Amino acid sequence: MSVAKPLPHDAARLHVSGAARYVDDIPRPADTLHLAFGLADVACGQITALDLAQVRAAPGVVAVLTADDLPFANDVSPSPSPEPLLSDGAVHFLGQPIFLVVAETHLAARKATRLGKVEIDEQPAILTIDEALAANSRFEDDPRIYARGDAGAAIANAPRQLEGQIEIGGQEHFYLEGQAALAFPQEGGDMVVHSSSQHPTEIQHKVADALGVPMNAVRCEVRRMGGGFGGKESQGNALAVSCAIAAQMTGRPCVMRYDRDDDFVITGKRHDFRIAYKVGFDDDGRLQGVDFVQYARCGWSMDLSLPVADRAMLHADNAYFIPHMRVESHRLKTNTQSNTAFRGFGGPQGMVGIERVLDHVAHAVGRDPLEVRRLNYYAAPAPDGPGTGKRFGAEFSPQHADATGQTTHYGQQVEDFILHEMTDALIASSDYEKRRAAIADWNASNALLKKGLSLTPVKFGISFTLTHLNQAGALVHVYQDGSIHMNHGGTEMGQGLFQKVAQVAASRFGVGLDRVKITATDTGKVPNTSATAASSGSDLNGMAVKAACDTIRDRLAVFVAERVQTDPEAVRFEGGHVYVGAEALPFEEVVKDAYMARISLSATGFYKTPKLEWDRIKGRGRPFFYFAYGVAATEVVVDTLTGENRILRADILHDCGASLNPALDIGQIEGGYVQGAGWLMTEELVWDNAGRLRTHAPSNYKIPACSDRPDIFNVALWDAANREETIYRSKAVGEPPLMLGISALLALSDAVSSCGEAYPSLDAPATPERVLHAIQHVRGVTE
Amino acid sequence: MIRFSLNGETVEVDAAPTTTLLDWLRDQRRLTGTKEGCNEGDCGACTVMVSDPDTFDELGPKALNACILFLPQLHGKAVRTVEGVAKPDGTPHPVQQAMVDHHGSQCGFCTPGFIMSMVVSHLHERTDHDDALAGNLCRCTGYAPIVRAAKAAEGVDWPPEWLDDMSNCPDVAPLGFAPETSDELAAWYEANPDATLIAGATDVGLWVTKQMRDLPKVAFLNRCRDMQRFDLSKPGWVRVGSGVTMQGFHPFAQEIHDSYGELVRRYGSEQVRAAATIGGNIANGSPIGDNPPPLIAIGAVLHLRRGDQRRDLPLEEFFLEYGKQDLAPGEFVEAVSMPRSVPDLRVYKLSKRFDQDISAVCGAFNVTVEDGAITAARIAFGGMAGIPKRASHVEDALVGKPWTENTVDAALSRFGVDYAPLTDMRASADYRLSAAQNMLVRYFHGRSGAAVDVRGVLA
Repeated sequence: MSVAKPLPHDAARLHVSGAARYVDDIPRPADTLHLAFGLADVACGQITALDLAQVRAAPGVVAVLTADDLPFANDVSPSPSPEPLLSDGAVHFLGQPIFLVVAETHLAARKATRLGKVEIDEQPAILTIDEALAANSRFEDDPRIYARGDAGAAIANAPRQLEGQIEIGGQEHFYLEGQAALAFPQEGGDMVVHSSSQHPTEIQHKVADALGVPMNAVRCEVRRMGGGFGGKESQGNALAVSCAIAAQMTGRPCVMRYDRDDDFVITGKRHDFRIAYKVGFDDDGRLQGVDFVQYARCGWSMDLSLPVADRAMLHADNAYFIPHMRVESHRLKTNTQSNTAFRGFGGPQGMVGIERVLDHVAHAVGRDPLEVRRLNYYAAPAPDGPGTGKRFGAEFSPQHADATGQTTHYGQQVEDFILHEMTDALIASSDYEKRRAAIADWNASNALLKKGLSLTPVKFGISFTLTHLNQAGALVHVYQDGSIHMNHGGTEMGQGLFQKVAQVAASRFGVGLDRVKITATDTGKVPNTSATAASSGSDLNGMAVKAACDTIRDRLAVFVAERVQTDPEAVRFEGGHVYVGAEALPFEEVVKDAYMARISLSATGFYKTPKLEWDRIKGRGRPFFYFAYGVAATEVVVDTLTGENRILRADILHDCGASLNPALDIGQIEGGYVQGAGWLMTEELVWDNAGRLRTHAPSNYKIPACSDRPDIFNVALWDAANREETIYRSKAVGEPPLMLGISALLALSDAVSSCGEAYPSLDAPATPERVLHAIQHVRGVTE
Repeated sequence: MIRFSLNGETVEVDAAPTTTLLDWLRDQRRLTGTKEGCNEGDCGACTVMVSDPDTFDELGPKALNACILFLPQLHGKAVRTVEGVAKPDGTPHPVQQAMVDHHGSQCGFCTPGFIMSMVVSHLHERTDHDDALAGNLCRCTGYAPIVRAAKAAEGVDWPPEWLDDMSNCPDVAPLGFAPETSDELAAWYEANPDATLIAGATDVGLWVTKQMRDLPKVAFLNRCRDMQRFDLSKPGWVRVGSGVTMQGFHPFAQEIHDSYGELVRRYGSEQVRAAATIGGNIANGSPIGDNPPPLIAIGAVLHLRRGDQRRDLPLEEFFLEYGKQDLAPGEFVEAVSMPRSVPDLRVYKLSKRFDQDISAVCGAFNVTVEDGAITAARIAFGGMAGIPKRASHVEDALVGKPWTENTVDAALSRFGVDYAPLTDMRASADYRLSAAQNMLVRYFHGRSGAAVDVRGVLA
């Protein structure tokens, strides 16, 4: 069976030979036109004059479009709130597309965009969280509040209290392949679009609206993306719609790719957050009440900010049982890029908030933060069965503290809390105690360089919180030669989804993986798909493909069983053969016979996640099918003179359930950790006072480079089956490992702590500058 | 007509001189394995291998960024792309196989660039993979499996004749806009002082790809072989031709002092160092160029030339104010001379990321101590002013004093007299000033043997 094997990525050979095709690599006719946007150069205002004569006259320019030239909807929003493709007169951020150039070459289009003369009546821009609060500039009328118990009273009545605040910067996706789309006009007004998108159905939908045609006139195909990370869930709409409109107008294929600087300046990023906290605890560090206020900077349009901010609230507990808890969430509207989905989708920010609280409390009570963390972990599950009290736990009685210590602040029972065992295992495998002592020795004998160590957990909820999105479809054909064509609604962005799902298909038919053809995601094959997001790709599409395969397999089983008058249940598909009675028939022979006997060899499959029930307004119910867990221990060193810092070692234990493919899962974990550490360490987004993004290219926005990965990097899987019935009892792995990187931030906090008495209150990203600032703070150096 | 070898076949190209190799490969040749990731030489997705039969260095084929490599720079050379590294029968190169075996690709978009860097590194039998790959960004893997693949391919046999492009480099006639000698350049530039000189194109490349500038008159310097030489005739000194690449200069920087070698190791990336020249790094007058601070601290002398006229200038006098150098129209940097060994030198580069980042602050210290007293001090910084600049007040506060912590402490306040740095996206003014002061503290402790470098610390 191919499931659970550490097979390489399905396209690995194409990747290494340069033969893997991305949107801009697809062979296209010589008369293909190229598109580029002319951008606003102020952050807020109203266009008073638009002179595009020089743009139109520029060499190679075929057409120039403004909002007035669009035939139908001027909207590329993924949410109910509008988001114009081209400015309708109002300018909402510096970098907003105002006009669209259609030209003979990419370079001609880009050059022409610089020739536009746009006069804007500039208005004061709202750029920061403080400015947005002062202006009451927000999405939704009021802050959203999820609460259990009475946090205020619990904090007041606790033996000890503290409060604090952390600023958490955003993050540019920096997918290596920038946003790109290619549209081929078809007969009768139909359109075929190739898009670098995590959400082909959304592309289809927005293109159809923009062209004024039903969705059945548009087909979107996605073979692969050169990285997505959430940045291609909605941000590709503008390019696909532009290409489709220009292709319809000119009758010629149209392609668009953002130059990297344009990609930085136009597209949204991870939401930056400020999280203020008040906490009541006892002398051991046991939490009694926590009150969070989360401020999310959403940017100019709603995009996906509401569910992002919701998920931040839902991860404000991380792995900890907090008897009384209140989370207040402000979704602030600013004149900046519209922040969007990014791996973890708000969860990481919420988790940084509570991990900061635990770190701060541990500092206050003078204990190793790990001890305080473990003290506050959710309770381990009791053995199932009557009399254990578990069945009668407080699952939907949120007004009262849960005596079992197993219920979240939004009322979901944490049924399989395995972090106690995982933490024990990592403490042992990482030699935590011994290294903790060695670090203390090092710090005592080194004046200038200080080390730090932190072990932090991850508990991440798996499912779209918008419940209806938790569905998937598949289409499987078995051809008469025994080869299998597999298609599903998930998209491939590097995570290895296609390979994992192909392993499922091969296993269902008991054939080798070489028989299964992986095909591009195509809205013409599987309709109404959800974005490949929320880590759900293999959970949803694996199950849908399994269902489709099983339908065909069952037909084959009935067919062969009938021939020998046996029970179809007794037919087995293994090793390329179909075992029936005493016979072992080659799979392709059975298929050929079935075809001759007029058995249908094609089937769709469908899956919807069970057990979900969620009210996002009340903040009550079961938004997640299950949780995925992980633990990471990171050791760092800090230069107390400059704040320069470095990861020395990381040890990780991560829960993938029963892994569908351990090699791909470890790849997600290693990559997620480094991406998470980058978010919190070197990746700093800086806007100037005019709202211009100053870190607009890899020259000044620094994702981790090769030498930034930990010198020692030990990653292992906690290989135990998911208690829920997922595909082969595996667990989702896309997002959770990113949050293992939080241990790096807290290791830096630990190192800074060794410099003085005060709590470091280290903000993120912990650039050398912020680390030095924190060192000066703990030393009581006033500036 | 520009002639070069592409994957073993000679090609002739008639294109605008500022056409990049990347655009030409993808648009004209449909060789789409070479990717555009950033179009500014910072991500490495467009890495190709370039062989040059005429270089004076013995460094062999180089990994270069095709996005900021203009076609005339390839005249007479050989280019190999990811499509050209497997054996003709399709057998993958060992690094390709290792990347598959070790799960080194996820989304795959950066992979061709990694493959090319790894092919070049493998060819040179290198094992310093972090350095060889510092110019290739990957957003998916966290690099661990890529380095595992690079290690696995170490020493795996590969028929060198297949990748030996040196013999494929075509004979070429001179191009009108690419002088063959410094004399030719001097005469041409004197007559055409409004032209743009292009050496490695790691800076001018971005004028074209990012600023969308038309460069109506250009001269390419890469064929002036006589400007790519080292002259060791003056005892204790080395005269470095301005056309020497940072890669070629690296061993000399290392000889001056390990910390200067380390600075050059962190300069750009492998791909950038193989293109960028020391002359370009000085002549463009950037306040954050990494060579000027150490060169000023060691008393380097610049050799300028205009036509047949030559003059020498202490490097620190070359930088007049932001964007303005002591350089007459038609005058160019021909070489720079420097002492070969400066044991008291320490160079500290401060940036958000260690590798391939632009300095927020770059400090160079060269303090002479005799019998416990400071007899001379040359301290220079980049990133602290509009030009690379000496810390003359700090130096004055040191010279004549005993080499003690008290002396250092007393000198710290002088930094604020020497410098009023700016706040920008790399660092705030306050931080720049604090860090610069603390670099002097680090210099003091470091010279007495204390551990001062986080990169030397192990878990």
